[in-house]
Amino acid sequence: MMDNPSGSIGTKAVLRISDLSKFYIMGEVRVDALKHISLDFYSGELAVLLGASGSGKSTLINIIGGLDIPSSGSLFFQEREITAATEAELTAYRRRSIGFVFQFYNLISSLSALENVQLVTEIAQNPMPAEEALKLVGLGHRLNHFPAQLSGGEQQRVAIARAVAKRPELLLCDEPTGALDFQTGKLVLDVIEKVNRELGTTTLIITHNASIAGMADRVIRLRSGEVSEDRRNMARLSPAELVW
Amino acid sequence: MKPLQRKLLRELLRLKGQMLAVAAVVACGISVFISMSSVRYSLESSRARYYSKYRFADVFMQVKRAPVFYLETVSRIPGVAAVNSRIVADVTLDVPGLDEPATGRLVSIPEYRTPVLNDLFIKSGRYIDPGKTDEVVASKPFLEANKLVPGDRISAVINGRKRDLLIVGMGLSPEYIYEVQPGAFFPDKRRFGVFWMSRRALESAFNMSGAFNDLSLTLAHGVSEKDVIMQLDNLFSRYGSLGAYGRSEQLSDRFISDEIKQVGIQITFLPVVFLAVAVFLLNIVLRRLVATQRDQIAVLKAIGYSNEDVGLHYLGFAMIPTAFGAIVGTLLGAWLGRGLMNIYADFYNFAELVYTFRAENIALSVLLSFAAALIGALGAVRKAVLLPPAEAMRPDSPVVYRPGFFDRESLRKKLPVSFRIIVRNLERRPWKAALSVLMISLSVAILIAGRYTYDSVDRMVQVEFTDKHREDVTLIFNDPKPPSVAYNLASLDGVLEHEYYREEPVRMSFGHRFRRQSIKGMQSAEGLQRLVDKNGVQFSLPPDGIVLTSALASILGVKPGDRLQVDFLQGRQLHREVIVSATIDEILGLSAYMNLPQLSRLAGDGGVVNAAYLRIDQSKAGALYKTFKKMPGVSGIMMLKALKESFEELIAKSMTTSTVILTAFACVLAFAVVYNGARISLSERARELSSLRVLGMSRGEVSFILLGEQALLTILAIPLGFMIGIALSALLAHALSSELYRLPLVFSAFNFLFAFMVIVIVSVVSGFVIRRRLVGLDLVEVLKTRE
Repeated sequence: MMDNPSGSIGTKAVLRISDLSKFYIMGEVRVDALKHISLDFYSGELAVLLGASGSGKSTLINIIGGLDIPSSGSLFFQEREITAATEAELTAYRRRSIGFVFQFYNLISSLSALENVQLVTEIAQNPMPAEEALKLVGLGHRLNHFPAQLSGGEQQRVAIARAVAKRPELLLCDEPTGALDFQTGKLVLDVIEKVNRELGTTTLIITHNASIAGMADRVIRLRSGEVSEDRRNMARLSPAELVW
Repeated sequence: MKPLQRKLLRELLRLKGQMLAVAAVVACGISVFISMSSVRYSLESSRARYYSKYRFADVFMQVKRAPVFYLETVSRIPGVAAVNSRIVADVTLDVPGLDEPATGRLVSIPEYRTPVLNDLFIKSGRYIDPGKTDEVVASKPFLEANKLVPGDRISAVINGRKRDLLIVGMGLSPEYIYEVQPGAFFPDKRRFGVFWMSRRALESAFNMSGAFNDLSLTLAHGVSEKDVIMQLDNLFSRYGSLGAYGRSEQLSDRFISDEIKQVGIQITFLPVVFLAVAVFLLNIVLRRLVATQRDQIAVLKAIGYSNEDVGLHYLGFAMIPTAFGAIVGTLLGAWLGRGLMNIYADFYNFAELVYTFRAENIALSVLLSFAAALIGALGAVRKAVLLPPAEAMRPDSPVVYRPGFFDRESLRKKLPVSFRIIVRNLERRPWKAALSVLMISLSVAILIAGRYTYDSVDRMVQVEFTDKHREDVTLIFNDPKPPSVAYNLASLDGVLEHEYYREEPVRMSFGHRFRRQSIKGMQSAEGLQRLVDKNGVQFSLPPDGIVLTSALASILGVKPGDRLQVDFLQGRQLHREVIVSATIDEILGLSAYMNLPQLSRLAGDGGVVNAAYLRIDQSKAGALYKTFKKMPGVSGIMMLKALKESFEELIAKSMTTSTVILTAFACVLAFAVVYNGARISLSERARELSSLRVLGMSRGEVSFILLGEQALLTILAIPLGFMIGIALSALLAHALSSELYRLPLVFSAFNFLFAFMVIVIVSVVSGFVIRRRLVGLDLVEVLKTRE
């Protein structure tokens, strides 16, 4: 158990989502992925978004990350309305404020670990050195390895280094352990938790794995595009204590 | 280097096979463009320099004999800048080391060297010495072909008397850049040469003192050539003028102009084909690349790269191989261009043929290749740019298959599964399949068109040297002679057959169109010379009326049945009206044929002849040649066999070069298309094929599915390629046709067989390369990767 980790959580909402909906038209069928979602996230918060496959959690994280646009509703990031942003503004938003970690790591296979991180430090405004980001995730010794030479867990840690190197305000992790075994998964969660704790980055982890919820300050459950549960953990577990 | 640039370079290296194929195709196209455009520019600029430096005339005229004081009158014609009169005569030569007689053209030059029109460039040796009437400067090709040098002697029969001539110099003139004997179309360097000798010597030899028989003049800028020609014709018609003409009818200039025009056609046609294929290849390669990198595009966008960054990154995949191809193509083009210029130097005798590049052409080729890269990359780059980042995170939706033609109940039972997979794949994306077929067929077509000229020239040789002409020797008389000379010729030992003909210079007109032309009066069209069209079909000579070659008929705008106005330029200079009885589509030149008695009747004289065809007994050729060498009254001798040999030798070199280049380029094209097609198929279907392997199919069966698809496309492409090749050849034949010659449209079976074999070999080789990759697929790895 950690000592009241929520003490570092700010009182001001970094991210304000109100009445957000998203539907897709697939052929002749309308799919409502998100229905009137309203959520606020606070700075330094580590939130876990739970939901089964198809519950709309990926859609939500894509919209938050500026990868997708909602059908209706609004999204404010630090008082800026992201839903009204132009394509160029969205690019700048992703470039400055968002760090992404994907289920399948999505490293560029033709670039080494260091170069994959440099991909970000190259274009970010005030990045940490790429080597430092890799050291942070415990890969200081594998800088020049290519993705094919790294294990799944290592690849995901490179992806985390890539995401945090720009010092993002928001770290979005989409099923970060989805492709990993139990032990490796816990190692990766450990890194995410460390980034949240040491850098104070607001972190959102989406997963279908309910056991991960234990490490969060806050747990939100999505079901069929609607928020079915939004609760705060009294205390955060360390990833090492998680069991699934 | 930035990480994205590093990604670009590493992935280009990974795709090196496909990228090299693109670069090779671009290089082929650019090298043709660069070589042809530099050759054209070099020919044009060398000609322009040569003409101006050595004062090539604008208007030319041959007369029988005109008094020199008329020059004063000519120079007063408004617009005439400079005038030069000469004495020009053709004589028989006895060349050391040559059994057969040769023909020399003697051209007068001033005794003291002064600048004249059509001036002489002395390559080696010296100008003639004043007062030395036996000194000559001889033309370079003749001297080189006969291995003669200044200081050697040669004998000529000048006006019936044998004279020894001392060669003092080797020269060239802008008038004879293309040096052919009058009446011939192709150079025979050993048996025809131009000799420049003192005017005084020629005046006394041909009784021409105070007279001239050749006039050339230059015009002031902006003067109408037509007006001057009209005045000259009026002035000199009573002196036996054959009609004045401009540069466009000057044989040598005509040949070079046609050559430059033909080079121009090749500049446009081939590079367009190659760049079109490059566009196609880039399109399929990049589309596939973007499809396999959907997730990477998503990541780049997710971490903050803009659409422009991503678009430029993928554009790089088109630009780098294209730039590489353009650089190689430019270097290759410069090298090829230089080589081609050396071949041109064999045909055309320039004082200096300088190979020069034009910076604009390089700039244009760079522009062209980048335009091709841009067009080729457009679709894929657009897709990468437009791909919404969230969309890109999801795998591509599975492709839709529908039952096709081959899925009908009746067929389905008969076809094996693997075959059905192949066909369904092609049916699923018919446009892509059709484009692949088209691209392969283009390489077949280039092979066909490349070898077409071979067949065409073969036919030309067959028609001109075998079907049409059966004589061995043609004797051209210096003056019209009574037909009785033929009996003298026939009585020579060894003459098996003889036939004589008359060439009568006339001015033909129909409506407002007219043409200087000579009419050939023939004894018959069934004897030594025949009327044969470009397809080898024999024509008969009608008892009256005139037969025109189709090209001449179209210049005059006449058709059979029309009444043609004919003005005889010599003798009684009568005006006649003749009915066009037929047109014949001949290969070479422009001709008009008539029955000899009819021509004599129209000319209004008792009937004279200008030349004789002889068929001789080869065992007695040596003695006959000796007789011909001494024969007075003969201005020219042509040996059909020698003409044929020199033509074949000359043409063989240039044809072989261009065919080898075209064949190599077509192979590159075929390989690039087939290999890339198979590589992309492999990449698209590696998972599917591995699954089939896991399910128990053998390597052979899986290879059959992948390579079978390519084989099917190739099989479909071959007949289409034949058709496009024929169309392309017809287009080429049409574009390359001129007044000088028309290429007959003929194809040998070997041409098709050759193209077929080349494509099959190229396909098999690329099949092997792909199969090695297919066999090397790591089944487990492939199945693990997310497509």
